[in-house]
Amino acid sequence: MKINTLRRLFFIGCLFYYGIVCCQSKGMVFIEGSRYIPLYGRDSTVVEVKDFEMDIFPVTNAEFLKFIALNPQWQKSKVKKLFAEENYLNNWLNDHDLKSGVNLKSPVTYVSWFAAKAYCECMGKRLPTIDEWEYVAMADKELRDARVKKSYNQQILAWYETPKTYNNLIGENSKNVWGVYDLHGLVWEWTLDFNSVLISGESRKDVDKDSNLFCGSAAIGATDLMNYAAFMRYAFRGSIKARYAIKNLGFRCVKDVN
Amino acid sequence: MRIRYIVSIILLLLVSCKENNVKVQEGVVNVYECPMHCEGNKMYEEAGVCPVCEMDLKLVQGDSVKETASVKISEMSIFNLNSRWTNQNGQDLHLKDLQGEVLVMVMIYTSCKAACPRLVADMRNIEKRLTAEAKERVKMIFVSIDPEIDTPERLKVFAKENYMDADPWMFLRSTEENTREFAAVVAVSYKEISPIDFSHSNIITVFDQHGEMVFQQEGLGVNSDQTVKHINDAVLKLKKEL
Repeated sequence: MKINTLRRLFFIGCLFYYGIVCCQSKGMVFIEGSRYIPLYGRDSTVVEVKDFEMDIFPVTNAEFLKFIALNPQWQKSKVKKLFAEENYLNNWLNDHDLKSGVNLKSPVTYVSWFAAKAYCECMGKRLPTIDEWEYVAMADKELRDARVKKSYNQQILAWYETPKTYNNLIGENSKNVWGVYDLHGLVWEWTLDFNSVLISGESRKDVDKDSNLFCGSAAIGATDLMNYAAFMRYAFRGSIKARYAIKNLGFRCVKDVN
Repeated sequence: MRIRYIVSIILLLLVSCKENNVKVQEGVVNVYECPMHCEGNKMYEEAGVCPVCEMDLKLVQGDSVKETASVKISEMSIFNLNSRWTNQNGQDLHLKDLQGEVLVMVMIYTSCKAACPRLVADMRNIEKRLTAEAKERVKMIFVSIDPEIDTPERLKVFAKENYMDADPWMFLRSTEENTREFAAVVAVSYKEISPIDFSHSNIITVFDQHGEMVFQQEGLGVNSDQTVKHINDAVLKLKKEL
């Protein structure tokens, strides 16, 4: 116990030091790993998440502009079509300016998975896995796992009904117990393994699994179908492709902690 | 301990954004190969001796390297991926090295008991139905979604068991991250459901000689007329360009 506390203190010290010296872990918070059952995923299978750091805010237009200035291969005019569809950075005027009405402090959207991944790698970080993202996202202001609260689900669903939140600025929603902002209420976010969700294109059909398209798809179902919000997130992930650039889809990065 | 922390963090920082630059420069760096081609067309980045025949590696003349580099890769080509792969013979390669042939690729894992044997059968049936001239210019490639278990040795065993340890068959594996990226490109979804079991979509993808996707066959045991036709067409197109 004592050693753990010491380690934690030491870690915080490091974070602090690191933040001052070089601006990398600045803007991230420590997330203590644990085991949990995802809202929607493998049939009542416990998932283990290791300790990591997560960006406090989603990546903004301003930050992405800086990245692009240094990495021209990700400019709107230069990006390879394999890595981003035509819509890429659609709300930017050109490689250096945003369209009028688009705010620098708004989350960057219209980014492909490849671009988001490259951004994080360039910062010495990576995209979060679905399990990591969902783990942090199940917290509210008070609890690390607020999924049992009625208000938690209602708030998220209320957001899903609110139009055009992607035009809002980062940090306007209240932070969760980890100190992370905007996991809900602003934009949807890319995850590293978004393509691990196996929902066929026609899951609207009466047949709930397309056994020819997916091997072992029956193993993946809802552990808690009442959690409609989570179901929507997983369905969304299962429906997108890595080169898509979507109006309300942004991202944030995480980093492993040794 | 604190110092070690800080040093490692600083090191990490130094490495982060420069990685890309290093990769770009690789193209300019000299490349060496065994004069006897013991390991096929395997290239080395440093001078030395061939691990098989122990002859001195010789510098590959700039021309041949430049030639392949100068062929314009289109924006939608999978040859834009820089990931490094290993085949069942333990040879390293980039997807770009496969340029010039029609590629038929599918993602599987060797310990799979359900869909993969059927996918392998589908691939075999497709290959059987190709025209004689198409067979010569096609590579039928299995990409492992389970790089941890599917070592080159394991892939070799699997290839032999299935009588696929020769052209046009090829088995590839890479890191988990590169595999995830490749899957993203071909729109294959997969998820580990236990250490030896994965759920995955069953998609066979055809790429032309420039690495551009020309067709995808989705599902198991489906009619592969279209797939065969697209491969034959791609080979005809390839021959016209020569």
